[in-house]
Amino acid sequence: MSDVLIRLENIVKSYGPDLDPAVDNLDLEVQRGEVLVLVGPSGCGKSTTLRLINRLIEPTSGRIVIDGEDVTDVNPSELRRKIGYVIQQVGLFPHRTIAENIATVPNLLGWKKKDIATRVDELLELVSMDPDTYRDRYPKELSGGQAQRVGVARALAADPDVLLMDEPFGAIDPITRDRLQNEFLRLQSEVKKTIVFVTHDIDEAIKMGNRIAILREGSEIAQLDTPEAILAHPADEFVESFLGSGAILKGLTLKKVSDTELHQVPILTAPVMREEALKELQESPDQVGLLLDSNGRPLRWIDERALNRTSQPIEKSGRPVTVDLQPEDTLQDALTVMLQSSAGMACVTDRRGKYLGCTTIESLAKLIMSDGQG
Amino acid sequence: MSIATSPNTQRTPLAERLDLIISPLFALTLSLIGVAVWFYSDLDKTTLSILDPEKLQSQLVETISLGLASSALVILIAVPIGILVTRKGFPRLKSFLVNTLGLGQSLPVYGLIVIFFSWLGAGAFTVLVALATYSLLPVLRNTIVGLEQVDRSVIDAARGMGLTARQILTKIELPLSVVVILAGIRTAVVINVGFAALAFLVGGGGLGVTINSGLVNNRDSAILIGAVMIAVLALAFDFLSALAQKYMKPKGL
Repeated sequence: MSDVLIRLENIVKSYGPDLDPAVDNLDLEVQRGEVLVLVGPSGCGKSTTLRLINRLIEPTSGRIVIDGEDVTDVNPSELRRKIGYVIQQVGLFPHRTIAENIATVPNLLGWKKKDIATRVDELLELVSMDPDTYRDRYPKELSGGQAQRVGVARALAADPDVLLMDEPFGAIDPITRDRLQNEFLRLQSEVKKTIVFVTHDIDEAIKMGNRIAILREGSEIAQLDTPEAILAHPADEFVESFLGSGAILKGLTLKKVSDTELHQVPILTAPVMREEALKELQESPDQVGLLLDSNGRPLRWIDERALNRTSQPIEKSGRPVTVDLQPEDTLQDALTVMLQSSAGMACVTDRRGKYLGCTTIESLAKLIMSDGQG
Repeated sequence: MSIATSPNTQRTPLAERLDLIISPLFALTLSLIGVAVWFYSDLDKTTLSILDPEKLQSQLVETISLGLASSALVILIAVPIGILVTRKGFPRLKSFLVNTLGLGQSLPVYGLIVIFFSWLGAGAFTVLVALATYSLLPVLRNTIVGLEQVDRSVIDAARGMGLTARQILTKIELPLSVVVILAGIRTAVVINVGFAALAFLVGGGGLGVTINSGLVNNRDSAILIGAVMIAVLALAFDFLSALAQKYMKPKGL
């Protein structure tokens, strides 16, 4: 038997006998340690479903079981203290410092002051915020992205098994959102919580979810499966239209640069003699080589033509490497960088910027092909 | 070491800074006028007997206690009602209250005092009830508005983390609305202290007695000094309320 942590059984939420129920006889199981994304058009009842789990909305009928315990009738406040909750608007308490905000649930649970202080610092570190800088600040002094990091830290404060997230990155600008999503995935790989995540953005769902439940009106599950399986085999027209075009491109967000085979181009390490460089390039099947600095960081793409233009020093010939990738970036990032790069490929570096290899369009295509067959 | 670059370094808005300056300044000017009148006008026996320091002192105490007692009464009634009607399940009562109390305020205080006089008879108590009725609305309205302007998402987050309804009220809603509620209380206090001067109409004493004696005996300097004292008193309470607003405002807002 698989390890089910949250089970919704025959849940109905109706706001009146004449209205269609917001949630109509829903059965849903969430596995321990997974990120289950509820995604669907607005008004499909995904937020309602989420709020049924911690009983911010009480079901009209049905049962909610968490970790084997029927929680349909337990004290809702006590239940909620055991479940992390993150919302789009964050909802930090403006009159409390960041530390006090994070300490909310530990305080309710009566933790010792010293333990709380330690935990707050630990959590700030976890969400990449310097405790000494931010501990005593107030929410209005934070940017939207920082506020949501604190929101996540606050939800994790008492180390709950379950985390409910209602469009947590929905109100954040695209660049920061992307960064927060990546950070969230890293964080989840550390904390391994059971997470129910609501979004209306299918791309976010594909990126964040171990499994995705695509919902239609009345919170009816149109399809529940892994992102890969949904992209490869949409259950019906509704799912297909919801996925939109370019399912293969969306699939690229599921793969990382480290999944591809890195290609090695000729390497020139500065300082380098022009003749040596030319020889190196001519001996290689590649049209273009990479100039690295003495620390192994990529500087410029250099081809023969650039080397023949003797009027310029090598360090200034060719084209600069503007962006480089890291192994944990998605293939979608990689594709974007490749399309922008003059060399038609992208450098991959480690965290400290040291060159590891290059990804090419061919290696990407190979990976997609092998996926289609398998 | 990191340099704290807080975006919150903008200065307090002008209106807020003026708030603590204007009433003392005004009060000072008025007091100077009062002192000038005292020194430069011809104070005859009648005037001096009206302005007898002992009388003035007891009238002052009467006015202050009347103003404060009616304000306390208003707070004790209006704030709990405001809290009650903003809970779930009272939307009709809330709009009913705000509307009917609005009518009450369109009646002059004078009229209210007369109405309560015909019911409760003479004495300071009548004035107390009349003042409390009149100044109920600003406190009630500000309590309701203050509680309702609290960001719903903050309350949603608080509920989601397992705060009980009572904890949400005392730890989130009230601290976040205290500034607005205090603004209502400030209005009420100034109304009550100022209008407590009318208490003499129904035998409630207070500084109004001095003004009235000045009028009856045709002594302008007595009228002026009585009026200045009432005005300065109201301004002083306005200033104290402004101080309370400033210092009870939670940090971080």
